[in-house]
Amino acid sequence: MAQLANFRLKGLLLLAIVVFALPLFISNPFHYGLATQIALIAGAVVGLNLLVGFAGQISLGHAGFFGLGAYFSGIMTSNYGWSAVPALLVGAVGVGLIAWVVGRPILRLKGHYLSMATLAVGFIIAIILNNERALTGGPDGMPVPSFDVFGWELSPFNQYSLLGVEISGDLAWYLFAGVVLLVAVWLAQNLIDSPIGRALRSVHGSEVAASVVGVDTAKYKSLVFVISAIYASVMGALYGHFQGFITPSVASFDFSILLITMVVLGGMGSTIGVIIGAVVLELLPQVLADFQEMEMVLFGLILMLTMIFMPKGLLPTAAGFWAKRRAQTAGGKA
Amino acid sequence: MFSEFLQYLFTGITIGATYALIALGFTLIYNASHVINFAQGEFLMIGGMATVSLTAMGVPMLLAIILAVVLAGVLGIALQRLAIAPAKNADVVTLIIITIGASIFIRGLAQLVWGKEYHVMANFSSDEPIQIFGAVLNSQSLWVLGVGAVLVAILVYFFTRTLTGKAILATSMNKDAARLVGIRTQMVLMLAFMVSALLGSIAGVVVAPITFTSYDIGIILGLKGFVAAAIGGLGNGMGAVVGGLALGVVEAMSAGYLSSDYKDAVAFSMILVVLFFMPRGLFGAKVVERV
Amino acid sequence: MLKTMMRRASKVATVAAAGLLAMSVQAADPIRIGSFLSVTGPASFLGDPELKTLEMYVDKINEDGGVIGRPLELVHYDDAGNASNARNFASRLIRSDRVDIIVGGSTTGATMAAVPMVEQAKIPFISLAGAVVITTPVKKWVFKTPQSDRMAAERVLADMKSRGLTKIGLISGTGGFGSSGREQTLAVAKEMGIEILADETYSGSDTDMTAQLTSIRSNKDVQAILNFGFGQGPAIVTRNYAQLGIKRPFYQSHGVASDGFLELAGSSAEGLRLPASPLLVPDSLPDSDPQKAVVQAYKSDYEARWNAKVSTFGAYAYDGLMLAVAAIEKAGSTDKAAVRDALESIQGHVGVTGTFNMSPDDHNGLTADSFRILEVHNGGWKLVN
Repeated sequence: MAQLANFRLKGLLLLAIVVFALPLFISNPFHYGLATQIALIAGAVVGLNLLVGFAGQISLGHAGFFGLGAYFSGIMTSNYGWSAVPALLVGAVGVGLIAWVVGRPILRLKGHYLSMATLAVGFIIAIILNNERALTGGPDGMPVPSFDVFGWELSPFNQYSLLGVEISGDLAWYLFAGVVLLVAVWLAQNLIDSPIGRALRSVHGSEVAASVVGVDTAKYKSLVFVISAIYASVMGALYGHFQGFITPSVASFDFSILLITMVVLGGMGSTIGVIIGAVVLELLPQVLADFQEMEMVLFGLILMLTMIFMPKGLLPTAAGFWAKRRAQTAGGKA
Repeated sequence: MFSEFLQYLFTGITIGATYALIALGFTLIYNASHVINFAQGEFLMIGGMATVSLTAMGVPMLLAIILAVVLAGVLGIALQRLAIAPAKNADVVTLIIITIGASIFIRGLAQLVWGKEYHVMANFSSDEPIQIFGAVLNSQSLWVLGVGAVLVAILVYFFTRTLTGKAILATSMNKDAARLVGIRTQMVLMLAFMVSALLGSIAGVVVAPITFTSYDIGIILGLKGFVAAAIGGLGNGMGAVVGGLALGVVEAMSAGYLSSDYKDAVAFSMILVVLFFMPRGLFGAKVVERV
Repeated sequence: MLKTMMRRASKVATVAAAGLLAMSVQAADPIRIGSFLSVTGPASFLGDPELKTLEMYVDKINEDGGVIGRPLELVHYDDAGNASNARNFASRLIRSDRVDIIVGGSTTGATMAAVPMVEQAKIPFISLAGAVVITTPVKKWVFKTPQSDRMAAERVLADMKSRGLTKIGLISGTGGFGSSGREQTLAVAKEMGIEILADETYSGSDTDMTAQLTSIRSNKDVQAILNFGFGQGPAIVTRNYAQLGIKRPFYQSHGVASDGFLELAGSSAEGLRLPASPLLVPDSLPDSDPQKAVVQAYKSDYEARWNAKVSTFGAYAYDGLMLAVAAIEKAGSTDKAAVRDALESIQGHVGVTGTFNMSPDDHNGLTADSFRILEVHNGGWKLVN
């Protein structure tokens, strides 16, 4: 167990190094923008992984919570003059409550029925955001003000000074998003190592067995569903403020599928793995953009082949490969 | 008043019959492999698009339909052999993602080959709608319902009377036991994918005159089929038919009487309500979980 | 596998980039025109002809010696109709590809998502999307070529009024185009004293709209019906309309002003009216009409090159590109501020969509008159007025 915690700490450290070293290698504001977006989406994916990877419950509607967070914060800041931080927090509490209310009944469902129910919840949210034009701007979307903390505004277009160094708004946003991601990962890892996390993993292993030995499975499943929804809501709100403009596609079924694909592709149950999943799936369309007409074919093919040949996901497969290699060389020496 | 109600009912049943046929395809594959095949909608698309493009090349309609359905069947086999079989020990979610990848891949190919435009297919029989008590029914709707009924009858016969059908059922119930009594389970899985693809493509052909057809028509229809299958109870053929029809009728009724803005939301709420009271859908079997 | 794919992809990209670099050294400084379009996805019938038009005319202009002595270079991305993609690609165009001007944005959502970026970077942007919010209020760096949906609503409702139709039913798509069109129609109807007695919607992926039409039909006071939407939806509405045997006058929006629509809707479309650019009826225009030559040339060029029917949406891209070229020529350079000022002062520019008269308060430059009312007659378009 201690070893596992140690391994997790290493993961977090490694992630921190990557996050803070990245600006040494890129300088184009477009790349910062992309990296910021990836960090925020990765944060939501880390939350989803708690549900999918640790509690073994599938959600095909998680973008709904992401979208709710984005729209709540967007609407409160632009229409009601709220500051972004309270809007984000109240939104997260609200989304958490909604997740708790819908979560209790639907988490009783098993397997594909649960997927179906989460899909339905996601769709209903997306339909409401699309139809309530007066509030949300409808399908054409709505502008979202910059993120602000007590009057201090964080905009990709401003200039900031950090420890006496002049930095661009893009870099500032990137660093902010990077810190948010690190905090998200740290919180998730603490949760995993807590008694709650152990109970969750027992639910994943066998729900019946867990309940027989006295784990209140319903309670823990609801709890992790609420936590993952809050992750999505917070990241959605930040994403909206960063983008400056949101449309109902942030809550769409497509995006839900993308989120769960990031989890599975990166490696269910591995916090660092799912972040890699997010990075790969966000960068892939940018790389494939040059292939134009072939883009869709290649994307589908890559997704399919990766999952066929690495069914456990990118990171666990790579780790397994590495461990085997090391065992082999060790064996060879002996 | 009555003629309006009848009109909504006709509309709902026609849409619902389409959903039901797609749901049956889901059911078949689910029964054999417990995989939810998100590429199911693409079979439907292949059916419609291949027929349209072949007839445009001058192939007679009937032959075009047969070729399109065969093409879909081959694709179904390929999907099972090349994508599902190699990943046999993978998690269910992983298999779902593989089928999503496959559907994007197939859609991408279709877009390269056939382009992005919508295409028309002529009605099989007359264009004249049929009048019944002041409501109208598209003659093609009768084709959809008729073909649907025939397919359901064939499937029932296949599963209850033929050895192959029984082998598929046996595999779905217990793979190891099925293998022990000499059923070649891989063969059975392949067969299930093929039959499911045939079913989907036939559905695609009969509904194309109503819905038009294009490379991306399969996304939403496939999704609705999945919804219908879940309402009915995954793995239950009867459930797929009832779930499909129920979904179609609820959509049409809520568009007519409630709010067309929220008709899809009403349909999705219906799923939640059904699953709340019947966690395994309307006809889902009560299974005891093996530990 | 993924790794090799990625490596190969980046190799191809590097080779391509090197090729471009070599080319640009040879040809000395091309003018870089950036574009993000919905080439795939639900709005592909907008983005696809738009991209074809841009590719074709960039080639053509280069064959004719380019603009201010420099060749044009088109850098384009497919946003697949997704607003976040549009924003990312706008950012990539501005900051990574360093384009001189952007002509693109097939949908209103995609356009509006890119606007903050464009305004901040101070780069001229000609949008190809319809909604009135794009240029009202005026944004310093944003222009657009299609008439707004508000103008379409004005034109249709005026035509209805002239036929004595003042109580109407409305059916619209829930996509961006239909939803914004619906809002504008409701607003314009109020001003013009037209009552909207029924207001139904359908989603872009619906396959049957009989229920909505039945509901509208049941209101006996409805004298005419207007459908605001684009894609295959309006074609299904048109077919359901005919199947239900509704005899009241039927109107569509400019969202379906293409021959593709006639193909889909078939004989059901007979007799319906819609506002459209003269592109659909080039031969019916009087010879005195200044647009006639432009329209005819675009139509024949496009159809010869792509072996496909010309569409109104491609024409938006044609006008966008030509406005950009005119502005660059007028400014004599690609200096962004100069090009923007030149764009804003363009007067009497004859395009396919209409004659553009830009001003500091009007970054669209078209009037509702640029729409012609067409009627479907014997399977073709007939100019009504």
